[in-house]
Amino acid sequence: MDAITVEHITKKYGDVLALNDVSFTVGKGELFGLIGPDGAGKSTLFRILTTLLLADKGKGTVAGHPIVNEYKEIRKKVGYMPGRFSLYQDLSIEENLSFFATIFGTTVEDNYDLIKDIYVQIEPFKKRLAGKLSGGMKQKLALCCALIHKPEVLFLDEPTTGVDAVSRVEFWDMLKKLKTKGIAILVSTPYMDEATLCDRIALIQNGEILKIDSPQQMISNFEKPLFSINSTETYRLLNYLRVQNFTESVLPFGENLHLITNEPYEASQIEYHLKIAGFSDNTAKTIQPTVEDIFLDISQPVN
Amino acid sequence: MNTPFAIEVDKLTKRFGDFIAVNAITFKVKKGEIFGFLGANGAGKTTAIKMLIGLSKPTEGMGKIAGFNVDTEPEKIKKNIGYMSQKFSLYDDLTVVENIQFYGGIYGLSRKKIKEKTTEILEELELTEVSKSLVISLPLGWKQRLAFAISMVHDPEIVFLDEPTGGVDPRVRRQFWETIYQVAEKGRTVFVTTHYMDEAEYCDRVSIMVAGKIEALDTPHNLKQQFEATSMDEVFLKLAR
Repeated sequence: MDAITVEHITKKYGDVLALNDVSFTVGKGELFGLIGPDGAGKSTLFRILTTLLLADKGKGTVAGHPIVNEYKEIRKKVGYMPGRFSLYQDLSIEENLSFFATIFGTTVEDNYDLIKDIYVQIEPFKKRLAGKLSGGMKQKLALCCALIHKPEVLFLDEPTTGVDAVSRVEFWDMLKKLKTKGIAILVSTPYMDEATLCDRIALIQNGEILKIDSPQQMISNFEKPLFSINSTETYRLLNYLRVQNFTESVLPFGENLHLITNEPYEASQIEYHLKIAGFSDNTAKTIQPTVEDIFLDISQPVN
Repeated sequence: MNTPFAIEVDKLTKRFGDFIAVNAITFKVKKGEIFGFLGANGAGKTTAIKMLIGLSKPTEGMGKIAGFNVDTEPEKIKKNIGYMSQKFSLYDDLTVVENIQFYGGIYGLSRKKIKEKTTEILEELELTEVSKSLVISLPLGWKQRLAFAISMVHDPEIVFLDEPTGGVDPRVRRQFWETIYQVAEKGRTVFVTTHYMDEAEYCDRVSIMVAGKIEALDTPHNLKQQFEATSMDEVFLKLAR
């Protein structure tokens, strides 16, 4: 039995199509990522699946229960960490945790095993008010609270947004551990580099799923010739490449440019061409795409 | 004042009681450089920036921004820098033109100058058609570039970008960095703080602050070599963990 099934879900807010015919499934114990920028429809989907919002069309199940008819069952079996910090700021760490355990009819002791690895990191501050915690600590507490009733399915809406690089890595380590306990996890993120940490991902933009696959499969299925080019004159090179006939697309990637050509070339041919064109110290190499390259390739231009 | 540097900081320090938030940081930023100022939450970044933009007096040390002393000439600094952050930027319920006029007025530009600047910004960003639309109705990417342009309405020598692009579309982010390149190409200095390490790689040089000190400062390329890392993310983790 799948942990989550989504079939043809559509949701409009007035004239705005927030979700357009979205379908996918998440298996038991699977870590599934929804990867897309702000406004892609990620949070709307979370609200529908956690039974807080009704879809206009389509159907779905969570932990085996249909999302409309058996919403009460679902609420007992899922943990949900919304995008915005939504714990009680004027309760302490331990008060928040025991509050959430109590409303789900359980105790912190009963399920301590599940949260132990995470909780020990914030336990030294357990008397501190939640409102006074750092971003990374708030996030750990929120995860503990979402887990304290031992959910079958965990929904994490942008858990790492606004969190620094160190805390982000720690957070993903925790998710990997939870997975081994059989909990299915649906996680959303605007950070494309986090995509490779998921078992499977859906790339989503403007309410539509562009592609679903494992990140490794997406990468090996990418067939276009892709080059990473470095030069001391990045900006001038960008403008030059943009108007060349062989260019399908060229975009800045940090200190390098990523170039997709419309025909296959050797990296040395590109280097040579650029040298002739006056970029004397450039280096070009053929690279595998990142998930961000793939997203940029298949997504729609913004303006 | 004829120096090649837009920012010169020497042993700049800020204490709050016994706590040293910024511990003797020293660095220089060349004119026309894109400089990334990185650090984890709580590393002292914000306190350091506040000193650089004239909002907080240093406890010790020296800082010169656009030739002005952070300790004795904070008001001159404020007039000679641009500042943009994601949290504080445009007024959503004013139109594009009204926003430009408002900030032009704040910086004390003459009516004539405001008029010139308005035309210039609208043309450069291709916003003429929507000049009378409320800012709230613009796509995020346009808003960001407008906020950036407005932060330079008074032609400052340096512009400070405080976490300018958090969490947005990867395409919008790239457009924004292109705009930054354009500005730097014209000789203006750009000082960027961000905790997105992939963004750090767009900068000419970056510094990384850990617990009040600058622990690394170089080009992204050299830092990756120095720390035997494949990305700035890795460099940062090695330093901050």
